[in-house]
Amino acid sequence: MSEREAMEFDVVIVGGGPAGLAAAIRLRQLNPEANVCLIEKGSEIGAHIVSGAVIEPRALEELFPDWLERGAPLKTPVTEEEMYFLTEKKGFRIPALDRVMPHLANHGNYVVSLGDVCRWLAEQAEELGVEIYPGFAGAEVLIEKNRVVGVATGDMGITRDGEKGPNYQPGMELRAKYTLFAEGCRGSLTKQVMEHYNLRKGVDPQTYGLGIKEVWEIPAENHRPGLVVHSFGWPLDDRTYGGAWLYHFGENLVSYGFVTGLDYENTWLSPFDEMQRTKLHPIFRKHFEGGRRLIYGARALSEGGLQSIPRLTFPGGALLGDSAGFLNTPKIKGTHTAMKSGMLAAEAVIDALKAERVEPAAYTSLVRQSWLYDELKSARNVRPAFARWGSKLGALYAGFDAMVLRGKAPWTLHFKHADNETLKPASLSTPIAYPKPDNTITFDKLSSVFLSNTNHEEDQPVHLKVRNMGLWKTVNWDVFRSPESRYCPAAVYEAVDTDAEARLVINSQNCVHCKTCDIKDPTQNIDWCTPEGAGGPNYPSGM
Amino acid sequence: MTVLVLVETEAGQIRQASRSAITAATKLGDVHALVVGNAADADAAAALAAKVTGVAKVLKAGADVLTHELAEPVADLIVSLAGDYSHIVAASTAVGKNVLPRAAALLDVQPIPDVMAVIDADTFVRPIYAGNALATVKSSDAKKVLTVRATSFDPAPAEGGSAAIDAVNVTVQDTVSRFVSEHTPTSDRPELESARVIVSGGRGLGSAENFQSVLTPLADKLGAAIGASRVAVDSGYAENDCQVGQTGKIVAPELYIAVGISGAIQHLAGMKDSKVIVAINKDADAPMLQVADYALVGDLFEAVPELAKAL
Amino acid sequence: MKILVPVKRVVDYNIKVLVKSDGTGVETAGLKMSMNPFDEIAVEEAVRLREKGSATEVIAVSIGVQQAQDTLRTAMAMGADRSILVLSEESPEPLAVAKVLKALVEREKPDLVFLGKQAIDDDMNATGQMLAGLLGWGQGTFASKVEIVDGRAEVTREIDGGTETVSLAVPAIVTADLRLNEPRYASLPNIMKAKKKPLETIQAADLGVDMTRRLTTVSVAEPPVRKAGIKVGSVAELVEKLRNEAKVI
Ligand SMILES: Cc1cc2nc3c(=O)[nH]c(=O)nc-3n(C[C@H](O)[C@H](O)[C@H](O)COP(=O)(O)OP(=O)(O)OC[C@H]3O[C@@H](n4cnc5c(N)ncnc54)[C@H](O)[C@@H]3O)c2cc1C
Ligand SMILES: Cc1cc2nc3c(=O)[nH]c(=O)nc-3n(C[C@H](O)[C@H](O)[C@H](O)COP(=O)(O)OP(=O)(O)OC[C@H]3O[C@@H](n4cnc5c(N)ncnc54)[C@H](O)[C@@H]3O)c2cc1C
Ligand SMILES: Cc1cc2nc3c(=O)[nH]c(=O)nc-3n(C[C@H](O)[C@H](O)[C@H](O)COP(=O)(O)OP(=O)(O)OC[C@H]3O[C@@H](n4cnc5c(N)ncnc54)[C@H](O)[C@@H]3O)c2cc1C
Ligand code: SF4
Repeated sequence: MSEREAMEFDVVIVGGGPAGLAAAIRLRQLNPEANVCLIEKGSEIGAHIVSGAVIEPRALEELFPDWLERGAPLKTPVTEEEMYFLTEKKGFRIPALDRVMPHLANHGNYVVSLGDVCRWLAEQAEELGVEIYPGFAGAEVLIEKNRVVGVATGDMGITRDGEKGPNYQPGMELRAKYTLFAEGCRGSLTKQVMEHYNLRKGVDPQTYGLGIKEVWEIPAENHRPGLVVHSFGWPLDDRTYGGAWLYHFGENLVSYGFVTGLDYENTWLSPFDEMQRTKLHPIFRKHFEGGRRLIYGARALSEGGLQSIPRLTFPGGALLGDSAGFLNTPKIKGTHTAMKSGMLAAEAVIDALKAERVEPAAYTSLVRQSWLYDELKSARNVRPAFARWGSKLGALYAGFDAMVLRGKAPWTLHFKHADNETLKPASLSTPIAYPKPDNTITFDKLSSVFLSNTNHEEDQPVHLKVRNMGLWKTVNWDVFRSPESRYCPAAVYEAVDTDAEARLVINSQNCVHCKTCDIKDPTQNIDWCTPEGAGGPNYPSGM
Repeated sequence: MTVLVLVETEAGQIRQASRSAITAATKLGDVHALVVGNAADADAAAALAAKVTGVAKVLKAGADVLTHELAEPVADLIVSLAGDYSHIVAASTAVGKNVLPRAAALLDVQPIPDVMAVIDADTFVRPIYAGNALATVKSSDAKKVLTVRATSFDPAPAEGGSAAIDAVNVTVQDTVSRFVSEHTPTSDRPELESARVIVSGGRGLGSAENFQSVLTPLADKLGAAIGASRVAVDSGYAENDCQVGQTGKIVAPELYIAVGISGAIQHLAGMKDSKVIVAINKDADAPMLQVADYALVGDLFEAVPELAKAL
Repeated sequence: MKILVPVKRVVDYNIKVLVKSDGTGVETAGLKMSMNPFDEIAVEEAVRLREKGSATEVIAVSIGVQQAQDTLRTAMAMGADRSILVLSEESPEPLAVAKVLKALVEREKPDLVFLGKQAIDDDMNATGQMLAGLLGWGQGTFASKVEIVDGRAEVTREIDGGTETVSLAVPAIVTADLRLNEPRYASLPNIMKAKKKPLETIQAADLGVDMTRRLTTVSVAEPPVRKAGIKVGSVAELVEKLRNEAKVI
């Protein structure tokens, strides 16, 4: 490893989403001398960001009170809101939304492209002197004397068989007094750090959802900027958590997507097809008529909330944003909480730098004293209620929690199972007949992946590591009939030769880095590792 | 208006691409064909060019310095002849693309490469972004210099004309470039990018042995190059450099025969500009059938050998 | 021996561009921009020649908007020694670019200019040839191999159906084709170091070059969608159609 070059920083941040960028900015605001380096695995900032997104400007306001003058891309205030419970043919609009489901009331919020917000945050950060290096993935955590001392970027130019190819370039060690992990949901380095320091001890398992999204351009006459639509119910059964969103924003753009709770049980369920067929429901269909689809992408989100948040700090660093699980699930909003957590971590780190502390432990107490904690605390029972009682009763509980208890229930509902434990065998699951794509409103997976601009250098080791192929055959195939070929939104996994000796084919080049396989594989037999930097989707502006 | 067309020969005939350029040029005015080479080659070429339908006059430039159609002397020659021509045209071949921009610079003209359609004397359609968009551009230059995409225009018939042949007095010399050697492999298998016909195989072939034994006889019959889908390459049926598509090669042959390839958009991205597409697939719903000019729905293991035999 | 390498900032090759719905052009706002892939190959070749000792200095130059300096930084991270940014409108025409480059060649006096064979946005495939014409230099276009032999540049070129080797008096122009080499990655340490390499900015106007466009874009459209043809009932019918209708065999 001696051939690796190294560089020293005060702080290294892994991941250029809202959490990492807000932390970087806050660090330089508090101490313009601190040298701060941020790496991002996407080819540019924003290239891997998938979000709704209706965002609360609260944290942004604290970070840059003059965000408006600085030209932040928050251009579409929320103007109208609709929430529907769907049955196959009908949609029932929920009345008095702001009282029944106040967490879904959005006045004062903005519909944005979170990728564009991140691009803008990155500009602000660079102006403040943060060094940002997109196209480099943190591949390895450096731990010395039980302290995290930085990360190393991945080697480039390793061939498919693991040999050094002609263009081999060793990775680089980015060493730092503090390393902040802001990798978003299910971070690959975060996973290692949590394991090493046992950060999840005593907390509920994290639970996840998979969000699959499309951006459409629709005729100007149908565009209602600021319209926000959500649905639950059909096409998911009552045991499955999830629903669709549809936001009108920007120049004739529509953000549409579907979140499926990854604690779903039916192995035949395909989140991608649920997302496609929901577009055909009369409540949604009319929004797409005459439009064209521009972008496609997918990303998992953490839904566990407060009960699932691990210990936040460890010697030499901290976990930020979705890497820690700060998403407010009933609101489906994690941007303001991610940013806030980044800002608080920055404060703790500046303090720790001064006092030369090993662990920026003040972060935890800062979180506890902030609105971030209050917010997550009042939301903490909604998602587990859905997990326990299904979506109708869960929704009732959510209404009761909001109107009667106002989030102050004297109890906390817990998650009993990790998402990989919930799947039922194929023989006990009911097959689902999904409609064929019509190529106008609904599409197949491969032509969808095409619109994510995804690519990976072909000649590199497969970045989806199956620990034990034998287990794939005996469990994934024999028992569950290859659930990965359905939940993966990018057609990475294909079960072939199914009439003879079934085998798994992994088209790793297609991977959009949603992390679902790392989460949902029944035996946790798949490890998502960072591929060569800059690989993965290239979501354009508007995503 | 009179148009000067740089015409190339190949294997003792006027190149088909050049005849397509002649077709495009006839939409702009009278066509004068310029043939270049050493004295003997130029004589032979001029005789052929005179017979191409649509050619009004042949300019014959025979000189040793022109033997290999190097850009430096040929561009100088074109500039010396440019005089009253309203347009200077060549096919978008290796020679055309090498020579014409150089001549255009010397004439202080912005060339218009890869013309797919002629709208009027100043306005042309050309592909940008690898054919993902078609731009209609209008030139304000007094003289237009264009290369023409061969597959967009039917070739002018090789016979039917009887143009006069004028010998051109060649004064150009070349002092900066020198021809050293040429290597045109005579392998029976043309390269993918330049092949006129491609036979391409996918997962439907099932194994490396089948890939060879089923596709090779057909490709041999057609003098075709062999392509493959990513699945075929990943499964080891075919070599890496056979892959056609988004992350493989982009091809546009006159005939593309897709055998056992479903036609995923990433594959189509590499061959959708082919002139004629044939799909052989057992699945009548395969996306390849939505772009194919001729679809044969059936088992490839029967259809392909039968096709090879019928040719 | 000095080598000048012009590099263009284009929409990243992984990104599928969309035609604007009003047909005025292609939507490029907010898209990831990168160095034109053929230019990466040109930079690589120049840097290799310097590493071999055949060249002494590699100068990258880009003509375009301010952000093109990112492209120049990439070139320097790959090994170019310094760079020049000539500020102009976005994506100027090859004729104007060739004139700007000619002015720079007269100032920098390089022995070789390595360009990419074409830019993947406008797909003109013209700048190198045009610069060679304006300078009266020899041109080795679509190069798959470049060697310096006895003070001349021996360039193997990709031609239809094979290759051709030409020998060019130096100074000369070379344009890079795909097979010339496989460009290296700009490594993180080198990106960091490239921040400190010199980058000079000049205005196109100061070079006295007329940048007026000769081509105006009337409209931009998506290519027509291919339509499904016919289903043939038998191999015999297929052969008949290919022979007599499509006339391709
Ligand atoms: C479908 C969906 C809809 C959503 N809707 C909303 C909404 O409407 N409103 C709202 O407020 N929130 C919404 N959220 C949540 C919000 O997007 C997230 O909470 C927020 O993006 C979290 O920010 P983050 O910075 O923690 O992580 P992310 O935004 O995920 O950013 C992490 C970054 O780190 C990079 N990275 C990861 N690992 C590495 C590595 N090893 N090396 C280098 N870089 C790495 C990633 O590429 C990424 O750019 C939604 C989320 C999803 C998935
Ligand atoms: C910043 C932060 C850090 C966290 N760190 C941890 C952690 O290190 N270990 C862990 O198991 N969970 C941790 N959690 C999770 C979280 O504290 C509990 O899961 C959640 O409060 C539910 O607790 P409960 O079910 O015991 O009961 P509740 O009814 O919600 O809590 C009862 C009270 O017990 C106290 N309490 C609960 N958990 C802790 C704790 N871990 N440390 C101190 N006081 C506590 C709090 O004052 C709380 O108000 C953390 C959460 C956040 C936001
Ligand atoms: C980023 C990215 C880049 C990609 N790049 C490329 C690329 O460059 N090139 C490429 O090709 N793909 C590429 N792909 C992959 C592409 O999406 C498809 O997966 C691939 O093209 C499918 O190959 P196929 O058609 O051979 O296999 P399949 O899709 O499995 O199709 C096999 C076909 O064979 C037919 N068939 C089977 N048996 C028979 C029989 N006996 N007789 C007749 N027909 C039969 C079937 O009906 C089916 O239509 C890329 C994907 C991504 C995400
Ligand atoms: S392989 Fe895994 S991480 Fe990649 S797209 Fe599929 S499910 Fe998501």
